[in-house]
Amino acid sequence: MSQGFTKSMARNIFYGGSMFFFLLLLVLTFDTVKSLPKTDNRENLTEQVVKGKHVWENNNCIGCHTLMGEGAYFAPELGNVYKRMGNSKEAIIAFIKFRPKNGIPGRRSMPQFNLTDDELDAVAEFLKYVSEINNQNWPPNIQG
Amino acid sequence: MKYTSQMVAKPYFIAAIALFVGQILFGVIMGMQYVVGDFLFPEIPFNVARMVHTNLLIVWLLFGFMGAAYYMVPDEAETELHSPLLAKVMFWIFLAAGVVTILGYLLVPYATLAEITMNDLLPTMGREFLEQPTIIKIGIVIVALAFLYNISMTILKGRKTVINLVLLIGLVGLAVFFLFAFYNPSNIVLDKLFWWFVVHLWVEGVWELILGSLLAYVLIKTTGVDREVIEKWLYVIIAMALITGLIGTGHHFFWIGTPGYWQWWGSIFSALEPIPFFMMTIFAFNMVNKRRRQHPNKAAVLWALGCSVMAFLGAGVWGFMHTLSFVNYYTHGSQITAAHGHMAFYGAYVMIVLAIISYAMPMLNGRKAANSMKSQVVEMWSFWLMTVSMVFITLFLTAAGILQVYLQRMNGDASLPFMVIQDKIEIFYWMREGAGIIFLIGLIVYVASFFVGRDQPEAEMPK
Repeated sequence: MSQGFTKSMARNIFYGGSMFFFLLLLVLTFDTVKSLPKTDNRENLTEQVVKGKHVWENNNCIGCHTLMGEGAYFAPELGNVYKRMGNSKEAIIAFIKFRPKNGIPGRRSMPQFNLTDDELDAVAEFLKYVSEINNQNWPPNIQG
Repeated sequence: MKYTSQMVAKPYFIAAIALFVGQILFGVIMGMQYVVGDFLFPEIPFNVARMVHTNLLIVWLLFGFMGAAYYMVPDEAETELHSPLLAKVMFWIFLAAGVVTILGYLLVPYATLAEITMNDLLPTMGREFLEQPTIIKIGIVIVALAFLYNISMTILKGRKTVINLVLLIGLVGLAVFFLFAFYNPSNIVLDKLFWWFVVHLWVEGVWELILGSLLAYVLIKTTGVDREVIEKWLYVIIAMALITGLIGTGHHFFWIGTPGYWQWWGSIFSALEPIPFFMMTIFAFNMVNKRRRQHPNKAAVLWALGCSVMAFLGAGVWGFMHTLSFVNYYTHGSQITAAHGHMAFYGAYVMIVLAIISYAMPMLNGRKAANSMKSQVVEMWSFWLMTVSMVFITLFLTAAGILQVYLQRMNGDASLPFMVIQDKIEIFYWMREGAGIIFLIGLIVYVASFFVGRDQPEAEMPK
């Protein structure tokens, strides 16, 4: 690097630049949090949905699946699974409930989590809730 | 080695390598589960193997960073470490926490683990990379604070160099942003938004400061280039890293229920994120070309140069490939993401830790500057085996990803279901598994390099 450009100039760019852009990130994040009620479907955030999120977390669903594209890529996207299964909570519940304990020979299979009926309903409610979040029309189609 | 307290780095490096081996074993298991779906099912379901794989990666890199700091900070500050005892105690606490966590994942169902660690009191579990029980997360914070205290006190009482300062800023940032792991709101959009304050601001933010600092240190030591020149480069690189990377966080906010304006902010700034990595490559090669002395540790120089190239390819090029929102709309959450993740982590963070281990370990083992030539040749073989196989892992996952995106996302109503496509692209998963096994062999060769040629004299300083 040229002689005219000194170390203290470089240092000032680092401190000034990162400060400025960190503050900008905070401002944008603040604005985002403020405008989330328009998109995040919070009017439907019922107690059952909250419980469903705990079921989702306590069974580490994200370890195989993606949710709005984030997670693992071993099993299908679930952000829109409610719609993919024909807007049916029952279909989701039946799928989770009847997973074979010892899997399917040679194939990937979701584990049997032995969820109670209430937990099954909660996680299905949660997935329904997520499918109704306005996320800029992602994924591109129903296959996720 | 000038200061005896630098010795505390050694157990950290050994633990890092041991956990690295565990990480790769579970990587190979997962690669197999991609093609033989019931492999080890139901004993080790994929999600468990993946937690072990990713959590071991994070833990061993943290061991590597801490070991690197304990070796480098006293040397740079020209003083003994504030408290070697504290460093030793924290080592065992961190190792115990890590091992208990991994055993917990493997031995009991995750829901049981959540229950016995009383996750309901402060639910933080079940989110990608942050799967550790809450009590373990608290432990991580305590270890981090003790570590930061030790490092800060050492820096305060000694010579203040830019390299130490940048490392410290990076490590403080690491600890501060980890605190977002304790924020888990019921609202999934908010949860995802702030989850990235840990994940993105670590790997595309403050970790780059740690990377830059360690790279600069290894280059100063091995090339003898004037400190002023290296420090100026370091400032410019980390300035670009944060200027692009902070708002670059926005490329994670395209499709998670956040406002549409992030498509502009995220695309533009994250498209600039390759710049600091490109500068790092230019920097590393320039410094080595302008070297004022020949260092006998060829392997360490190779890791440092390799790191700068692979970080640019993995984080820079493979990141750019799918970061623009109109591309990401189709590629988000596909095997292309996995391809990028693998090469970026290996290039940027695995290789820098291996570079500093390669540089420091000979001294920690009582050598003057380098291992025997025989040991270095084996180590350099492991470099090429691991690096080339990682390139192929990335290429095969990219090929799988392109097909997946085409068949699943770009065919309108004729798009196929996820599992149907997984069968169609199986051949690439088999080849990825093959490359993964070569990587494992490379890692075994790497471990072997510590045991060969120990009775032989040090490599000579070339004239």
